[in-house]
Amino acid sequence: MEVCGTHTVAIRRFGLQRLLPAGVKLVSGPGCPVCVTPDSYIDEAVALARQGVVIASFGDMLRVPGSRSSLEKERAAGADIRAVYSPLDALQIAAETGRETVFLAVGFETTAPGIAAAAMKALENKLDNFSLLTALRLVPPALKALIAVDTGLSGFLLPGHVSAIIGRKAYDFLLQHRLSGVISGFSAEDIISSLLLLLEMHNKDIYKILNNYPAAVRDSGNEKSRTVLAEVFEPVDAEWRGLGFIAGSGLNVRPAYAGLDSRRRFTIKTESASPQRGCRCGDVLRGLIDPPACPLFNKACRPDQPLGPCMVSSEGSCSAWVTYG
Amino acid sequence: MCLAVPMKVVEINGDMAVVESAGLRREVGIMLLSNVKLNDWVLIHAGFAITKLTKKQARETLAIFAEGQFFG
Amino acid sequence: MDKVLLAHGGGGSKSAELTRRVFQRFLHDPLLLEMDDAARLPGQVFSTDSFVVKPLFFPGGDIGRLAVCGTVNDLAVMGAEPLYLSIAFIIEEGFSVMQLEKILASIARACRESGARIVCADTKVVERGKADGIFINTSGIGRPLFKKPVQPSRVRPGDVILVNGPLGLHGVSVLTARGEFGLKGKIKSDVAPLWGLIKKCRSLDIPFMRDPTRGGLAQTLNELAQGKKFGVRILESELPIPRKVAAVCDLLGFDPLHVANEGKVVMVVARRDAAKALKMMRSHLLGKDARVIGEITSENPGRVTMATRTGSERIVMAPVGEILPRIC
Repeated sequence: MEVCGTHTVAIRRFGLQRLLPAGVKLVSGPGCPVCVTPDSYIDEAVALARQGVVIASFGDMLRVPGSRSSLEKERAAGADIRAVYSPLDALQIAAETGRETVFLAVGFETTAPGIAAAAMKALENKLDNFSLLTALRLVPPALKALIAVDTGLSGFLLPGHVSAIIGRKAYDFLLQHRLSGVISGFSAEDIISSLLLLLEMHNKDIYKILNNYPAAVRDSGNEKSRTVLAEVFEPVDAEWRGLGFIAGSGLNVRPAYAGLDSRRRFTIKTESASPQRGCRCGDVLRGLIDPPACPLFNKACRPDQPLGPCMVSSEGSCSAWVTYG
Repeated sequence: MCLAVPMKVVEINGDMAVVESAGLRREVGIMLLSNVKLNDWVLIHAGFAITKLTKKQARETLAIFAEGQFFG
Repeated sequence: MDKVLLAHGGGGSKSAELTRRVFQRFLHDPLLLEMDDAARLPGQVFSTDSFVVKPLFFPGGDIGRLAVCGTVNDLAVMGAEPLYLSIAFIIEEGFSVMQLEKILASIARACRESGARIVCADTKVVERGKADGIFINTSGIGRPLFKKPVQPSRVRPGDVILVNGPLGLHGVSVLTARGEFGLKGKIKSDVAPLWGLIKKCRSLDIPFMRDPTRGGLAQTLNELAQGKKFGVRILESELPIPRKVAAVCDLLGFDPLHVANEGKVVMVVARRDAAKALKMMRSHLLGKDARVIGEITSENPGRVTMATRTGSERIVMAPVGEILPRIC
């Protein structure tokens, strides 16, 4: 299983799934932070947008459908919603407009430290109109939840850049479950060599966590990043689309920084609606089914009219399957 | 979303730096790394340098990008 | 669908959806339905285009040059020599006259380069805040000079696909000129009039020719393949993607095949004509890097596929919505 959306896309973009030998299957896991965010998060963002708050977000989130609307639709209706490449851009928007600005803090451990650093900068610059609506998620707790039930998996292709932050040793718990892992970069050559290592270990009945991306990943990761992250955020239980609530798998703003927490700064009232019937994003995210097994896949749910986040996100499995075949 | 690209540090201004690749420049945060120096190669993700690369590693990564391309 | 979204202007499948579901319910003249941005009239070709690019000035060009080349090229890829253009300006109150003069000088220069004459014009001024500087529309009339008209129904498996040079330059040029995503760098747009290049191939039978503007090469190839009994197959290793384009695309997560071009033509010719076509194109400045990038195949009808560098295959979808808004 690969648990990084960027790996999912790379594998299908290079057509690697077609090069696998018989008996080997690659299953896509919950590696796309946009995809694992529940509907209620979009609803919160929409509610804030309607309150006149400036919303700054990574581009992908704009098209994800919530219970009743999406940020793209709200923008067309007049809300001030801007796509940014970096949380630092959101800081700039807050500084320039002087208006209440909320950054949609979505991502894994690769992105969370940068968001924390941006939040610290807001404090340094005495910016009092900037806050975060968090939906940050952590990979190791999700892996633990995944393997708590028998998955039939033999090993993991581990995310290269998350690992740059958390380090190789963060995955040692997999070994107790007789699962190996290879941390991989993102080129075709990196992924192919990583898959070879996984297969070799499988054939020899060896269980190890190997670092096949030493250029970016060290045993203990990037400690400074983790320090900055821990200054601003604390682990909380969080809901993952498809996986339900997982203990300690999310990050929220620490109470000491209440001013930076959109949920404490604003009253956010959302109206929920019943979930999309037929959408099997949850099962896709757990690797239980391939995207084509979802009844909505490429029929009612397509890249130009997505019903679920797996089809919207540029790193969603469903999107990757439609886009690259 | 785990897109990260190698770029070279060409200017340092406190906890921010200007990085460059293929003639493109961007200002990024370097506060997530210790001891960043001019001409270091770093991986940039969402406007931050998240890890350092050796020059050899950067060259190899860029060579993989450049494979199959024809113009400078 | 109750509101027009930015994505509807992206030139990809969402734009097509707006056209199909809204515009075509009211505007369905058979000539319009044949091909929406250029019409084949008796003895003439007629085309129109509007330009809203931001920023107005970028390395290699500006909105004026774009406005002339955009329409000239729509005519040229129909095998028609551009003759006359109309031009209409919508200018925002407060716009700098000096900037207007620069744009007009650029327009005049582009006309001289392309041979087209501007023979009618109009100007409107709207209140401050209502037009983002300046918007330009051009319409053009051309004379078909190719013996056999460009007609995609004549494309056959075995035909080859050619492009005249490097891909992705315009979109990336405008993006970096905007300083968007904090990226700074000078990348020259490829905006140029293509008739001089295309004229060199006049003696050939070219069943398909198109300029891959919004939506990039992927959009153009999917338009070619859609609904047909043949498939389109390109070779990743043959695609001319410049290093700077690849760098921007990698940094921001775009696909270079989705990025706009404004000085490129994609041509399909019979295999036996490929060498001649390349020679003809390479004899022109805008075609010196012309190459074969793929072929028409009887497999995967209606779809575009790509042989990847790793020796595998993948499909090439048309882009969905707005990759980069206000690119042309």
